[in-house]
Amino acid sequence: MKEMRNTTIVVAVTLALAVTAACGKKKVATGPQPPPAEEAPVVTPNPPAPTERVEDRTPVAQPLADESITNKSLDDLNRDSPLKPVFFPLDSAELDETGRAIAQANAGVLKKYSAWGITIEGHCDERGTAEYNLALGERRAVAVKTYLSSLGVSPDRIRTVSYGKEFPFDMGHSEDAWSKNRRGHFVITSK
Amino acid sequence: MTWRLASVAVAIAGVVAAPALTKAAIQGQPTDLKLVISTDSQGTPPRFAVPDFVALTPDASEIAKTLGQVLWDDLNFEREFYMIPRDTYSSIPVARTPEQVPFDRWRELGADGVVFGTVQRTGSEVRVQVRLMSVRSRQSVFAKEYSGSANNPRLYAHTISDEIHDQQRGLKGVARTKLAWVSDRDGVRLGDTVENRQVKEIYYGDYDGANQRRVTVGRRLNLNPSWSPDARALAYTTFRPNPDVFVSLIYQGVLQNPTKGIGTNYLPVFSPDGKQIAFMSGRDGNPEIYAMNVDGSNLRRLTNTQAGDSSPTWSPSGSQIAFTSDRTGKAQIYVMNSSDGSGVRRLTVDESEADRPTWSPPPFNEIAYAASTGPGYDIKVLVVSTGEVKRLTFGEGSNEGPAWAPGGKHLAFTSTRAGGRTQVFTIGRDGRGLRQITREGNNQTPAWSN
Repeated sequence: MKEMRNTTIVVAVTLALAVTAACGKKKVATGPQPPPAEEAPVVTPNPPAPTERVEDRTPVAQPLADESITNKSLDDLNRDSPLKPVFFPLDSAELDETGRAIAQANAGVLKKYSAWGITIEGHCDERGTAEYNLALGERRAVAVKTYLSSLGVSPDRIRTVSYGKEFPFDMGHSEDAWSKNRRGHFVITSK
Repeated sequence: MTWRLASVAVAIAGVVAAPALTKAAIQGQPTDLKLVISTDSQGTPPRFAVPDFVALTPDASEIAKTLGQVLWDDLNFEREFYMIPRDTYSSIPVARTPEQVPFDRWRELGADGVVFGTVQRTGSEVRVQVRLMSVRSRQSVFAKEYSGSANNPRLYAHTISDEIHDQQRGLKGVARTKLAWVSDRDGVRLGDTVENRQVKEIYYGDYDGANQRRVTVGRRLNLNPSWSPDARALAYTTFRPNPDVFVSLIYQGVLQNPTKGIGTNYLPVFSPDGKQIAFMSGRDGNPEIYAMNVDGSNLRRLTNTQAGDSSPTWSPSGSQIAFTSDRTGKAQIYVMNSSDGSGVRRLTVDESEADRPTWSPPPFNEIAYAASTGPGYDIKVLVVSTGEVKRLTFGEGSNEGPAWAPGGKHLAFTSTRAGGRTQVFTIGRDGRGLRQITREGNNQTPAWSN
C-alpha cells in the first residue's frame, strides 16, 4: 500500500512536470495552480496532449511551487493541504505502516516549513458511542503527535483535539466511509 | 388501598414561584382528614379526569385550553393515576364552582377524581384556581390558587401536577424539570475550519419538549451538557477550538471556565451535592478521569492507565464514580471511589461494548448505559447490588445517551428510530410510555434536571 501510494505520487509529479514543460510559455491558466495531486485517482493514465485551443489563450505567469505555498492564506493551505490525514484501523489508536508513512511525509513537510503550528484532530467513525469516541479520538490525536515528535517535529508546534464522531469526513454509512472517518486530520493553525 | 377523602376544601393563595407556602397549610389540617383519592379496586390506580379549564375572561380561553391539556399530559406521564382520555368526557358540562359539578355523570364515567380549574386574565397577569374533587365523597381534596405572569401558562399546569403528585402520592413529580441536549438544528457552518462542519449548540427545554431554547451563542461545537443539582447551571464542553469545560449559569448569563484551557477537557458532570465536577481530560497525555471543585480548585486525577477512561457519572451519595474504560480491549463500565480512584471494579460482564454509564438517583441504585447490540446500541439498566441487567430498547434504530429523570422513574435517551436522524426521547423505567422530545436537526446526549 505504501509503495503503491508513493509510486502514484511520483507518477503524478512526473506527469505534471511533463505537461508543464510541454506547454512552456503557452501554458495557460486562469488562476493559481493547485498544488501537485496527492490522491491517486486524480491522475489519468493518458493525460490529454495540449491542443490548439491552448494557444488561443493568454499566458499567465505562475509563481514557483514554494512561493505559492508560502503566500497562501491558512484557509487556502488547509483547503488543499500538503499535510495528509493519517487513517486508523477500527477501534484503534495505533498507527499502522501506512499511517506511519503518511506521518513521515507530513513530518518532512513540517520540517521544511518550520514556522508552521498545527493542530491534529482525532476523528472516529460512527460506530461506537459519542462519548467513547471522544476518548478514542483523543488517543488517536496524541498518537500522531507522539510519532511526529519521535521524528523530530517539536511537540510545542502541535496541539491535539478530539472531535470523536462529531465531524465525519464522509457522511456515508459504509466500510469505505468509515475507513475515511477514522483519522488524524492535520490543520495548519499558524505560519 | 382504602378510600381516604377530604371533608374540607382547602383554598390557599400562592404564587407559582413559591409552592412551599401551600404545604404548611395542609400540614395544619387535623390528621384524620382523608385527602388522598384511591379506588376501591385493589391494585389499580385511581381514575382521573381533567376537563377543559374554564376561562373567566374572554382573553383567557387559549390559556384555559392549554392548562387542561398540559395538566392531563403531566398527570399521565407519571402513571400514578389512570388518566381517562379527554375526548370521552367532552359532553359533560364543565363546572365553575364545586356546587355545579355533575358528580353523577363523572361517577357514570368511572372517574375517581376530577380536576376543575378556572383562569382569569388581567392584562399580562393570570389567576388560576384549581380543585381536585373526589367523585365519591363530592368533596374537594386539593384546592389552590396561583397567580403570576401569563408568559408561560404551561408552568401553571406543571406546578399543579407536581403538587397533586406530592399531595396524593408523596411523589416528587418531574413536570417542572428540564432536559438539555446538543443540537445541530441551526444549520450554521462552523467558522474555524475549511471543512463543511455544522455548529452544535446546547439547547434546553421543558421535560415534555415545550419551550425549547438555545443556551450557547458562540457558533461553535458544544458537547455533553450536565445539569447542576439546583437546575440553574449547565456544564458542557466548548471547542474554541481547544475543548474546555464551561459552566453556564443559565438564569444569570454568567459563564465560568473551571478548567481554564489547561489541556483538553471533555464530558463534565456535576456531583450530586453540586460542589464538584468530574470530567475527562487529555492534559497528561492520555484520556483520564479527573475531579475538581466547581471553581477548578482541588483538582485530582482518578485514573491512570494506557487505555481510554471516559464518561464519568457519580453515585447518588457521591462517594463513587462509574466510568467507561477500554483497558481490557473493548469499552466496558467500571466503578471506583471518587476520593482517590481506588477500589476499581468492572461492572459490565456480558456486553461486547458498553458506554455512557448514568447512575440513577435514589431510591434506585441502578446504572443505565448504552450497550452494543448489533449494528447499533440499545439502552440497558444494571442493578448495581445484584448485577441484574434489564433492557429498555430493542434495536429500534440505534439508542444512546441514557439520562435518568429525578426520582428514577423515567429516562431520556437518543434514538435514530424516527427517520434516521438522532432525536431525544423519554421513556418509562419499564420501557413503556415513549415520547419524542426533539424533531429539528439532530439532537444528542440529553441531560435531565432536578
